[in-house]
Amino acid sequence: MRRILLVLLLSVSLIACDTDSTSDTSSEPAALMAEPVAFEPTEAGRPPKSALASEQVVHRGNAEEPQTLDPHLAQGVPAMTILRDLFEGLTTTEPNGRIVPGSAAHWDISRDGLVYTFYLDPDSRWSNGEPLTAQDFVWSWKRVVDPATAASYGRMLVPVKNAGAILAGEMAVDSLGVEALSDSSFQVTLEAPTPYFLGLLAHPTTYPVHRPSLEAHGAAHVRPGQLVSNGAYSLSDWQVRASIDLVGNPHYRRAGEVIVERVVYYPFDDEGTEFNRFRAGDLHWTYQVPSNRFGWLQDNMSEALQVAPWFGTYFFGFNLQQPPFQDNLALRQALNLAVDREILTSRVTRFGEIPTYNLIPPGLPDYTPFVPEQAEWTQGEREAASQRLYAEAGYSRDNPLTVELRYNSSENHRRVAVAVAAMWKQVLGVQTRLINEEFRVFLQNRTMGRVTEAFRAGWIGDYQDAFTFLELFHSQHARNDTGYANPRYDLLLEQIAAERISALRRNLMIEAERMLLADQVILPTFVYVSKRLVNPRLKGWQDNVMDHHLTRHMYLLRSIESTVPDAHTGQTEDG
Amino acid sequence: MLTYSIKRLASAIPTLFFLITVAFFLIRIAPGGPFDTERALPAEIEANLAAKYHLDEPLVFQYARYLWQIARFDFGPSFHYLDWSINDLIAQGAPVSFTLGAMALVIALLVGVPIGAWAALRQNRPTDYTVMSVAMVGISIPNFVMAPLLILLFAVTLGWLPAGGWAFEPSRMLLPVITLALPMIAYIARITRGSMIEVLHSSFIRTARAKGMPEKEVLMNHALRPALLPVISYLGPAAAGILTGSVVVERIFTIPGIGSYFVQGALNRDYTLVMGVVILYGVLIIAFNFLVDLLYAWLDPRIRYDEVDV
Repeated sequence: MRRILLVLLLSVSLIACDTDSTSDTSSEPAALMAEPVAFEPTEAGRPPKSALASEQVVHRGNAEEPQTLDPHLAQGVPAMTILRDLFEGLTTTEPNGRIVPGSAAHWDISRDGLVYTFYLDPDSRWSNGEPLTAQDFVWSWKRVVDPATAASYGRMLVPVKNAGAILAGEMAVDSLGVEALSDSSFQVTLEAPTPYFLGLLAHPTTYPVHRPSLEAHGAAHVRPGQLVSNGAYSLSDWQVRASIDLVGNPHYRRAGEVIVERVVYYPFDDEGTEFNRFRAGDLHWTYQVPSNRFGWLQDNMSEALQVAPWFGTYFFGFNLQQPPFQDNLALRQALNLAVDREILTSRVTRFGEIPTYNLIPPGLPDYTPFVPEQAEWTQGEREAASQRLYAEAGYSRDNPLTVELRYNSSENHRRVAVAVAAMWKQVLGVQTRLINEEFRVFLQNRTMGRVTEAFRAGWIGDYQDAFTFLELFHSQHARNDTGYANPRYDLLLEQIAAERISALRRNLMIEAERMLLADQVILPTFVYVSKRLVNPRLKGWQDNVMDHHLTRHMYLLRSIESTVPDAHTGQTEDG
Repeated sequence: MLTYSIKRLASAIPTLFFLITVAFFLIRIAPGGPFDTERALPAEIEANLAAKYHLDEPLVFQYARYLWQIARFDFGPSFHYLDWSINDLIAQGAPVSFTLGAMALVIALLVGVPIGAWAALRQNRPTDYTVMSVAMVGISIPNFVMAPLLILLFAVTLGWLPAGGWAFEPSRMLLPVITLALPMIAYIARITRGSMIEVLHSSFIRTARAKGMPEKEVLMNHALRPALLPVISYLGPAAAGILTGSVVVERIFTIPGIGSYFVQGALNRDYTLVMGVVILYGVLIIAFNFLVDLLYAWLDPRIRYDEVDV
């Protein structure tokens, strides 16, 4: 009953928004959409003090409550966002997503690309003032690969020597290829050159954890008052499912450059609620926007609406382990060609998603995805080819394919699935049975591969490299729910992992993607976009494909209305 | 009375035991586990997690372990909120839900009973019809419609009250409490009206009136007390329900109560969390039903539970 209520609730909160869309919009609180002052940035590219709002407190909506704030155990975008504010890895990101030195001021890479020596920034400290040392990293990384820790992203460190064997329980934890050469130099030995290794070091799994507090408090070491971190902010308060409050860390190595003094993260179960809080002026930054209101938002809140390509692809998988898709390339190709991506993105998802025929999204600095030829065709040509292949596969309008299309319960997934089924029906006459399942039931069915035929899938890359997508289809990968097992593809992946020359490696990756697409393992539909509402006074951040936005880059400008000089502002600035 | 109370409390133990057993095995039957995610874990890590949380043991062992734990009032670690134990989560969420629920309950009684009694006194007159129609509407509008409407009006459009979020301040509590109280007011008003009409037609009221007792005294001393009996029996389970929070209200107003745990716990396969809130709810239901029975005896002199008088 409660479950039904929940579903009803979702739909009604949307209806509630829709009813409102007809009402006049002049009721937007003035303060929310107040235009920010114009300013000339200083030489460092930062705003002058006079342009800044007197109170630098940012309120950010953050989807679900984080499962944990232990960087080694955390998973999910909301937890990672908070961890990037609390901690800092050896590298970090600029507002545009570029990887730059973090806790490590600089590093040397050996000629063969196997040994990295990091020299820690002498100003790097823990939030309790203790210096951050190379030993902290050695201990933390060993904790990540220790099977007893059961780190959710333990495999992130697999490029490090012996990490894979340690995770599998085959080698001792101490054999991990890391060493503290001195208090400030940390050396890592890799299994194979890994071009994206520096990018991995900005991921929370590689962050250092403060050993004394973990040993003193156990799992409770992440609670307020006990969490010692090394990032721009420290944890000041945590009310479960209400708010997580961070304040500037005075011991942070660049504390002087941080403008936002306090950031509060709020979890939201419901996007409509978050939207209302933003409209009421309670939030500067939302995690998402109500999914079917793009038109309204564009018309009424265009200065706040922010949409940018994201490093993820929405696709459907075919279960290759049983009929009807097993050994039926023509059928898979026919279904693939029958889907009109343009209609899907312009009429169904409608948030500027990018139609795609690829697995790997655009935007990687070192990878140009191979473009399958059907991407260049007109939809008419695709449909003609689709019908021909459908007949080749032994089906016709009189003898249509009956197929199950499975997705996890969500209004958005339902709409996409309905549209895809309608296109299959219209172009080919396919009879599709739509099956929606609660998330964990869906995942289990996908993993087992016994009842699935075609199923929804999606992937957001973990690090900026095409390999994060390609490895999913290795025959042994735990998330390879299609059951794709192509020894040539597996071999390619192994070659990519071992290749030292980046141009050759890139070509191997293009070859792998081409092979995967030619085998029609998946039906890619569109590239995800990140979409949120941001108060126009909040600046300092930029769109980036990984969608990482650190609060320490941000600042709040004064609004034009409040620039009229008054005693109050003068006082705060003096203080 | 004492014997009765002891008997009742003793019978609560098998009831709870039955509840715990059924809930424990039901949640385990659900497909999928607490550590399933889209990013599948390597087999060795999954095995480690299972071992850490004793999920690799036979179910009967886990059940025995769980019973032994809760016998010591330890509800175990959460399988989803890794940094907190179930005791922590309930200790943080329950005061929030209790406060909101208790306030809604008090308001519902203070408003619902007088309205119902008033309508009964004006039975079949325009006032009665108006009050009862409004009450019917109150029952029919679900809280997931009422809550967004209240937010749109008072928070987004008028800007008088916050659109959600939680703090122990009147401004943050007002809208959620109203949302929770409205349907209860309507229920209580309807029940009071019905039983009041019945009582007003009974012989002891006629006798009281015949003896020349002032009407005010007839109503307050003789009519209201028995008329409240059905309200009290409604309140037992209703109070347990409202004090354990409402998933809808918590979701829409972003309130960190325990109501959402009934749903989130099940969706996340957070076995221990589901057990924790189910047990809490069970204990409250049993406790309130017991209280209701005691109140019955106090309100209606005709009801006595055992030979020994109080």
